Amino acid sequence: MMDLSTTYMGLELHNPLVASASPLSHTVDGVRRLVDAGVGAVVLHSLFEEQLREGAELDARLADAGTESFAESLSYFPEVAEEDYGPRRHLMLVERAAAAVDVPVIASLNGVTPEGWTDHARAMQDAGAAAIELNIYYLPGDPSVTGRDVEQRYVDVLQRVKDAVTVPVAVKLGPYFSSTGEIALRLDEAGADALVLFNRFLQPDIDTETLAVVPGLALSRPVDALLPRTWIALLRGRVRSALAATTGVEDPVDVAKYLLAGADVVMTASALLRHGPEHATVLLDGLSAWMTRKGFQSVEELRGMLSVPLDADASAYERTGYVTTLRAANVRAYSAW
Amino acid sequence: MRTTVDGNGGAASIAYRCNEICCIYPITPSSPMAEQADEWSSHGQANVWGTVPAVMEMQSEAGAAGALHGALQGGALATTFTSSQGLLLMIPNMYKIAGELTSMVLHVAARSLAAQGLSIFGDHSDVMAVRQTGFALLCSASVQEAHDLALVAQAATLRTRVPFAHFFDGFRTSHELNTIELLTDDDLRAMIPEELVRAHRARGLTPERPFMRGTAQNPDVYFQARETVNPFYARVPGVVQDAMAELGERTGRHYGLVDYRGHPEAERVLVVMGSGGETVRETVAFLQAQGERVGVAQLRLYRPFPAEALAQALPASVRQVAVLDRTKEPGSLGEPLFLDVLAALTESHADGQRELMPSVIGGRYGLSSKEFTPGMVAGVFEELGRKRPKRRFTIGINDDVSATSLSYDASLDIEPAETVRAVFFGLGSDGTVGANKNTIKILGSEESLHAQGYFVYDSKKSGSQTVSHLRFGPEPISAPYLISQASFVGCHHLGLLERAEVLERAAPGATLLLNCRHAPDRVWDTLARPVQEQILAKQIKLYVIDAGKIARDAGLAGRTNTVLQTCFFAISGVLEPEEAIERIKTSIAKTYGKRGAEVVERNQTAVDRSVQDLHLVEIPEQVTAERELEPPVPAHAPEFVRTVTAAMMVGRGDELPVSALPVDGTYPTGTTQYEKRNISELVAAWDSELCIQCGNCSFVCPHSVIRSRQYNQSNLDGAPDGFRSAPLNAPGLPDTSYTLQVYVEDCTGCGLCVEACPVSAPGDQARKAINLEGIEPLLPAERERIAFFEQLPANDRSRVDFGTVRGTQFLDPLFEFSGACEGCGETPYLKLVSQLFGDRLTIANATGCSSIYGGNLPTTPWTTDADGHGPAWSNSLFEDNAEFGLGLRLAADSHTELARRRLSELRELVGGELVDEILGAPQLRESELRAQRDRLGELERRLDECDQAVVADLRSVVDHLLRRSVWIVGGDGWAYDIGSGGLDHVLASGHNVNVLVLDTEIYSNTGGQMSKATPLGAVAKFASAGKTMPTKDLALQAISYANVYVARVAMGADPQQTLTAFREAEAYDGPSLLIAYSHCIGQGIEMRHGLDQQYKAVASGHWPLIRYDPMVRAANGNPFLLDSPRPRILLSDYRKEELRFRALTKRDPAEAERLGELAQQSVRQRWEIYEEMATRRAADFPADARRDQ
Repeated sequence: MMDLSTTYMGLELHNPLVASASPLSHTVDGVRRLVDAGVGAVVLHSLFEEQLREGAELDARLADAGTESFAESLSYFPEVAEEDYGPRRHLMLVERAAAAVDVPVIASLNGVTPEGWTDHARAMQDAGAAAIELNIYYLPGDPSVTGRDVEQRYVDVLQRVKDAVTVPVAVKLGPYFSSTGEIALRLDEAGADALVLFNRFLQPDIDTETLAVVPGLALSRPVDALLPRTWIALLRGRVRSALAATTGVEDPVDVAKYLLAGADVVMTASALLRHGPEHATVLLDGLSAWMTRKGFQSVEELRGMLSVPLDADASAYERTGYVTTLRAANVRAYSAW
Repeated sequence: MRTTVDGNGGAASIAYRCNEICCIYPITPSSPMAEQADEWSSHGQANVWGTVPAVMEMQSEAGAAGALHGALQGGALATTFTSSQGLLLMIPNMYKIAGELTSMVLHVAARSLAAQGLSIFGDHSDVMAVRQTGFALLCSASVQEAHDLALVAQAATLRTRVPFAHFFDGFRTSHELNTIELLTDDDLRAMIPEELVRAHRARGLTPERPFMRGTAQNPDVYFQARETVNPFYARVPGVVQDAMAELGERTGRHYGLVDYRGHPEAERVLVVMGSGGETVRETVAFLQAQGERVGVAQLRLYRPFPAEALAQALPASVRQVAVLDRTKEPGSLGEPLFLDVLAALTESHADGQRELMPSVIGGRYGLSSKEFTPGMVAGVFEELGRKRPKRRFTIGINDDVSATSLSYDASLDIEPAETVRAVFFGLGSDGTVGANKNTIKILGSEESLHAQGYFVYDSKKSGSQTVSHLRFGPEPISAPYLISQASFVGCHHLGLLERAEVLERAAPGATLLLNCRHAPDRVWDTLARPVQEQILAKQIKLYVIDAGKIARDAGLAGRTNTVLQTCFFAISGVLEPEEAIERIKTSIAKTYGKRGAEVVERNQTAVDRSVQDLHLVEIPEQVTAERELEPPVPAHAPEFVRTVTAAMMVGRGDELPVSALPVDGTYPTGTTQYEKRNISELVAAWDSELCIQCGNCSFVCPHSVIRSRQYNQSNLDGAPDGFRSAPLNAPGLPDTSYTLQVYVEDCTGCGLCVEACPVSAPGDQARKAINLEGIEPLLPAERERIAFFEQLPANDRSRVDFGTVRGTQFLDPLFEFSGACEGCGETPYLKLVSQLFGDRLTIANATGCSSIYGGNLPTTPWTTDADGHGPAWSNSLFEDNAEFGLGLRLAADSHTELARRRLSELRELVGGELVDEILGAPQLRESELRAQRDRLGELERRLDECDQAVVADLRSVVDHLLRRSVWIVGGDGWAYDIGSGGLDHVLASGHNVNVLVLDTEIYSNTGGQMSKATPLGAVAKFASAGKTMPTKDLALQAISYANVYVARVAMGADPQQTLTAFREAEAYDGPSLLIAYSHCIGQGIEMRHGLDQQYKAVASGHWPLIRYDPMVRAANGNPFLLDSPRPRILLSDYRKEELRFRALTKRDPAEAERLGELAQQSVRQRWEIYEEMATRRAADFPADARRDQ
């Protein structure tokens, strides 16, 4: 059996394949299935502070409905129903999942308020999360917000959470920065233990039959891997943070490509959703087979082989073709608009 | 420690800390005591000896008393809380507990008993009905006393072994918020030595020291044994007085068995018990200051009667005594307290202890929380001063029938000037009461202030009006009556200014805060003439604020409570405005902190904006308006409605004289039609072009505001502008038009119709054939359209297709415009019953929501058809409804038999052919019933021509020749719990009754307590930690009798199945049981999505639709029909939409998961049983033994 072991943010992993946040990690059983299929770590589905708060507000409203109106029924619920207990259910998942499997369980958090980020992150750590992944899912809908402000928000959140917890903290980024490289460096400097490239934003779609705006969620495809892979190749060696690749992993080749570009770990959700958690075994077996065929002894040996060399000058960039690819990626990114 | 609580809270705090077991059952107004005990227990809060008391909800108060008796005999310290009918149900055990000299305290929020009508409000009828049980009765007159004397009772019962009922006035004390000093655990421990607890424990049953208690005794010893207890009772007054003295030493608050206040040489004295004593005491002080020689003896211990203490308390100078009873004992020589006092004084005089025997008169006051005011007290004193005062009297009403009532000066105001009195008029839904409770908490915590709050609610569950009475002052506030001279009046809805007695409660020079959309310079012109007149006459300062706008701008979604609370602080002067604003903000941070910083910020922004946008209105010197107030009911309403009902509607019911009211509780039906409540700004509006005329909207409408008519086009002549009509969408009826009319003034805007509508506009999914629109542009034109609609010819019932939902929309509902919650899940079923069978329907209605929205005055929804026929309705009790309904059936059967016999006897006289037709008529289909009605009409005509003496007996029962439909209606609290035994018996009786269980899976009417229908894992009151018992399968229980028609229905899942089941049940000649899923506000759902939840309840298998039809079995078919498909969604997908389930997930996710899995498992298991039953052979089901097979 090929030795695929690796480290990610200081965590020891059996292999570099990580199940990223998805509905598969909604339950402990789901997490167990992923681990049984061989993944090296699991990122749990995200805790969304906004949803939590909306839920609490809805419940407060429902508990309040009809109260103080009629002398016999001045309330309808015991007080416990009105109280907000925070994300106990999510924390229970973190705790149970961490106890149920022998691979690192990484909690994912999407906060809104400063306290939301720090309090929840701390609670996740206390519940047994091996690391926290910050899913800073932020789309500035307000056109007057400057790019600098957006970037600062990422940095602030990271710093706040780093101050609040002792476990490693990863930041999951979107690709839509004026200068992805620079924000990566800033986050690295602010103490990010890993950068996860890239987040995929759920953008609304339009149903032409019902003439309605509908939620758009498409699973990623291998072609979507080009952009993150490029950035990983560029950032490899230029940041202290670990690099996690996510998006567009369909078969073992995609895993290999990311590793060659310089990823510390490769995350996948779409393929596992499409084919079931057991597909992780297919990916890992395929990776081993490919490494055997190519004569690699360890992941370390091949990682970053095809990253942009640290001493590369502009012409070297050209030679590797990465810039060309980047341009192409940009065209794709903007064509959606 | 100082705190602000209500009487229930004060008493429960002691009861909980001094007991190990609470056996309870919810009943208004005592329920909050039990609920608080349950909350504390679920939080693991211990009593003063470190034990967490167990709280056990029972199936009835009778059950609670039984469990209590057992717990006591087991040696535990046990208690219960109850009121009214609940106390009556405890009587048998009270005799036992007392007979066995068992220490316990029963806390009673004293309430009226159901007589000519039920009342949830306060008086002493219930406690007076247990005065003979052997329980000591100790009465608290205020919130502080309810707290203190609860402890005195607990101490005294353990010292004397005599059980105590500690009572205080329902609502007036139980629900009054007041600033009190809390007793510490040390106080409790000091008053209740542990050796007494251990002595009590040692009297419990144990096999280690076996004995028996509860023997059967015979003539030889029973009598003597009954007399053994006398010394124990003799000790009680002394022990109670000692305990009071100990409490006084510890706290500085001194009480006596009988406390005398007033002139030391008083001539006229009142004797009174309960909160009324506070009013008398304050009035006596007032009159004494004016030089009157008056006094009051306030009783705290009532049983054993403290004759000696009373005699000692009354000065020797007393010449006239009036005893005030808050109860009525018809036919007695006098009410109980009066008789006791009279006997005590007579004996004292006879014994030579009292030289002067005063004349003693007795009167009744305050029944059902009737106001008892200083003016009334002064009125009684005045009567006492007359030469020949009335020996028996009433005070507070106008008894123009028996001339018992005394006159009094209603305007007498004795309150100290430094007390701030504020009254707020709001709606239940706007948070006014909540904000006021918060204000009391804020001000009550000020060291220099005392606060009091009392809240009055109206009789409707939707769109209800609330009136908050708040007092603040430097001295403790003893004023247990409503505020009549307010220095501050908050009117939180402009409409209320014209509907309620808002300005009548304002003192001259008062401040009126009006919330309305109008700008300060426009407000005056919008006011009606009488309103302007009062403002000018009383020189009222008028402030206005557009609280709705501020709340909306601040993102508070129309919740105006924070805004209006701020305005009160800004202008009332109770605290310095700046300090007050700061306190509100702190309170907001505390209240809303857990909902996030943003919510806090929004509220605090609203506070700042409120201060800025509050305006003083410049008032002209003269009335400028010409508009008069609209009459409360239309001129064409029946006289009773115009005179009596209308008075109640506008809050003048107190002024009705005795002669105005029916003598036996009989009231006309069909009165909601005269009360146009206009409670919703959004109402249903029909789109005739999109509509496919399916009838769904009308079927589900909980308030019967959507009506359909089909009529010949020619009837449209003279239709008012905008009257909507469409060609009838049905083959075979040319030239026929269809109109769906919305009664907009009765619509509550619940939106169920919109959700039920199956069609959408092309390109606009959200637009349906029925939509919610603003009412303002629709009025007044819509009134004309409704009037035109009502004069269209009624749909011919014999031509309506009863078998389809679409058809039923053409049947007039005989249940309309009830005061049920917006979007109620119960009322559509009742409406359906009224549509299908209303003209020959008799209803026995268990106490609960359906008896409240169905029978609470002033206006009631059951009504009549164009011929004057309609449901006859009655409510007996909560616990006996099935039996009551069976009685109605037995009477109907007996009279049907009599009618048939008499008719046969008169065969020659009225004609054999007609008699044969009548006696042999089938009466199942509507056409057959119609034909029978016609025959009976013919019979009446022929009887008119006969010798009336001969036909009189037939005439008295002739209406029974039309098949009568007897329905027994109630909720799950009745069917699964308190009435379970009776229901079971009635179902086993074989008699033709139709039982409809409106199953909300909780006690809805009393505020969401757990019933046996509450699902596993749901959070409810008494199941704060999630219910851990699965629901009982009432349907299977009934099916096991073989001859009961049973159906489980859910209108929102399958209206057609509902309709079929109702018709089959009614047609079945035997007992029928319909269990109807009724979504409810108490489930914690968006009411608008109630039908969707019904659908999910069925789709998940939580509520499988079934029918069991013995007639099918009789025809050799499988009688068990499974009407819903296999579960196709997870139970959790249904449950996640409801707070009752989510609440546990949030608090204890692991337990929620565990119970959720068990619930899912039980759904699966039940489904397998049902599937197996649905596939059995007919012969595998037992046969109906009543029939030849």
